[in-house]
Amino acid sequence: MNAGTKFAVGAALIIGSVGYLMASGVKQTGQYFLTPTELSQKIAVDPSFYNVGMKVGAHVVRGSVAKDVATQTLSFQVTDGSAHYPVVFHGLPPDTFTDSVEVVVEGRLQRDGVIHATNVLAKCGSRYEAVPKA
Amino acid sequence: MTVLGNLALWLALLVGVWGALAGFVGRRQARPDLAHSARRAVFAMCGALLVAVFALEWALFQHDFNVEYVAAYTSRNLPIFYTWSALYAGQKGSLLFWATVLSVFGSLALVFTPRRHHELLPTVAGVVALVASFFISVMLFGHANPFHRLPYTPLDGSGLNPQLQNPGMVFHPPMLYLGYISITIPFAFAIAALLSKRVDADWLVAIRKWTLLSWLFLSIGICLGMWWAYVELGWGGYWAWDPVENASLLPWLTMTAFLHSVMVQEKRGMLKKWNLALIIGSWLLSIFGTFITRSGVISSVHSFTQSSVGYFFLAFLIATGIASFALYATRLPLMTAETRLESMVSREASFLFNNLLLIGIAFSVLWGTLFPILSELVQGTKVTVGPPFFNQVNVPLGLALLALTGIGPLIAWRRASLPNLRRQFAVPATAGGLTLLVLLVGGMRDFYALMAIALGGFVAATIVQEFARGARARHRQYDEAYPAALGRLIARNRRRYGGYIVHTGIVILFVAFAGMAFKTETEATLRPGESASLRSPYGHTYTFTHLGISQYDALNRQITAATLEVRRNGKPIGYLTPEKRQHVDGLGRPTFQPSTEPAIRSMLREDLYVVLGGIVDGTEQAVFRFTINPLVWWVWYGGMIVALGGLIVMWPGGAPAARRAQAGYGVRLVGDDR
Repeated sequence: MNAGTKFAVGAALIIGSVGYLMASGVKQTGQYFLTPTELSQKIAVDPSFYNVGMKVGAHVVRGSVAKDVATQTLSFQVTDGSAHYPVVFHGLPPDTFTDSVEVVVEGRLQRDGVIHATNVLAKCGSRYEAVPKA
Repeated sequence: MTVLGNLALWLALLVGVWGALAGFVGRRQARPDLAHSARRAVFAMCGALLVAVFALEWALFQHDFNVEYVAAYTSRNLPIFYTWSALYAGQKGSLLFWATVLSVFGSLALVFTPRRHHELLPTVAGVVALVASFFISVMLFGHANPFHRLPYTPLDGSGLNPQLQNPGMVFHPPMLYLGYISITIPFAFAIAALLSKRVDADWLVAIRKWTLLSWLFLSIGICLGMWWAYVELGWGGYWAWDPVENASLLPWLTMTAFLHSVMVQEKRGMLKKWNLALIIGSWLLSIFGTFITRSGVISSVHSFTQSSVGYFFLAFLIATGIASFALYATRLPLMTAETRLESMVSREASFLFNNLLLIGIAFSVLWGTLFPILSELVQGTKVTVGPPFFNQVNVPLGLALLALTGIGPLIAWRRASLPNLRRQFAVPATAGGLTLLVLLVGGMRDFYALMAIALGGFVAATIVQEFARGARARHRQYDEAYPAALGRLIARNRRRYGGYIVHTGIVILFVAFAGMAFKTETEATLRPGESASLRSPYGHTYTFTHLGISQYDALNRQITAATLEVRRNGKPIGYLTPEKRQHVDGLGRPTFQPSTEPAIRSMLREDLYVVLGGIVDGTEQAVFRFTINPLVWWVWYGGMIVALGGLIVMWPGGAPAARRAQAGYGVRLVGDDR
């Protein structure tokens, strides 16, 4: 075998392992990113969607936020205009979380119909701009 | 002043378009008058843009709140330091900053490029003028004019987002921008080389310093960004694989690949196609990064207001991508390798593998970043991948790359012999093995962390061996004292030994990253007098006692701070005061949402990182998150060493030996190049 062929074998090995790592990474860590409406449709068709880790992107329903600082519990409702889901989260919400932002909720929808969040990200399109004067 | 600013922008656009035309046509028709005119157009554009920057800064410092940009990003009570940096705090200002810096870099390149590369300069001027004109037209036609006036004048501005009011934020964006922007210069030379069909090593020599410069700026910018995220965002880490972080990492990876593969072209005349593709790719990735940041197509913590500006960038990205790779394709027959790979066990083979790994990492990062879009296109459902994906893929690849960092410099060019390998690897391999043994005996069991630190030991030993051998040779040959020999060794061969210093920094970074595998964290709600404790991975216990809450006003904010006493194994070591800040405007009304200021105690072995989560209304009972982050200090330290090494490589001048090696493909074996 000449050096070129040997190198090709080595290169194929590297490219193969990059491909393998990526494919297995997506398979093992990929999460659905759904809107509440998509989630309700999925659940209606396939009940195995309960208790599956996913991300839900939606707006927080204005006035629905209840915070209990002492137990670090945050509960609120999310909606995309048609479907609604209640969310419960234990932990410290990000600084930008208010009842008027778009959020990405990471967690699982349980049989009780509540999304138990493991992480809440405030996806604020105008993150680095001032709050509009209300 | 907005009239002046607008005039300057229009003038810059006009001379920019002229410069682009004159540059390309001048080269094509070989007309020195047009080529000369293109050069002057770049200088004129630079002057006009500097005037525009001056006009915007003037408006910022005069608090001219009738200007929308000034009202949106500053306020009367904003510290001066941040008023200045508001120039690039917002989208519109950063576009102006970008165009201006590009024109400055372009002018410098035109002035300082040595005479023998002058044939390339008209095209370089043309490309710079074209890219800068694009940025100016986005401002003028994409509703992104920083000089736009409001129909009314607010009494005060909205102020700068508190998260941007941090010293890291004053330097992080411009450093990153400087990195992104300066890639345009090598790209312009690459296009010039392709157009003029001079695709030998000549253009590479002309751009060597520029590629290093943008790599250096990117490195510093990324490290500062990590530091800012760590001290400001309060989630307790420095890298989250956020799309915008990824976007800055991508060109860094491809530039790093280029800086290595370019040596193979210089020494052996191979990889010509690959190197050109890397430069074009890096530049496209820098525009891609801007597109990701500005368009909001992928949700990110960094997203500026989602706006049509992103689509200007997408269109520009597609157009320039097609144009440059079409040109590249027509020149492929000219780029044939002058030598072939002789052995798998050779310096050039290790560089090839290093490049494959870097590009593999870049590809997986790009793939993961775009995955939500790709999966939606293919399956109709968005699937996202997060930090677990990036870590799972990149930790093994990164470790393989770290191993090559040690292996590559030990192997001879062309072909390494067995005795040679034995001589080179004996000490480093033993050092790596010993490191592993010590860690195992010490009780460490995390596989990746063990690998990272053991490989770090191996690479560090290769570097020490190289410095020691070089210094000893000088000591023998010139009878220099060891410290002097070491200093001259570096000074006489800056590229090689500066490169080793960069590698040292990289080793430190890998070891520091491995430390994060042992991060520990707890949350607690404490009344004054109560305490929480946390065991550090080194075995000692930290106890945090909540002493009470204090509230006071500062310049432009109201601060709520908790004071905690910290004890290590019962012995008091100091106090930490995490804060919540509510920023206010000149009339004392709240602006923005409250922001969190973590309290950090940085030590050599670990950081204590405390976040004040909130206060139970009306009491002094507070919620805290306590984190122990091992080895974080070493991330900043490693970053500084990388930057130092980069500076040494870049430092002007250099020994005649280094110059001799620039042009030809002279092959040196390991034994004879010191």
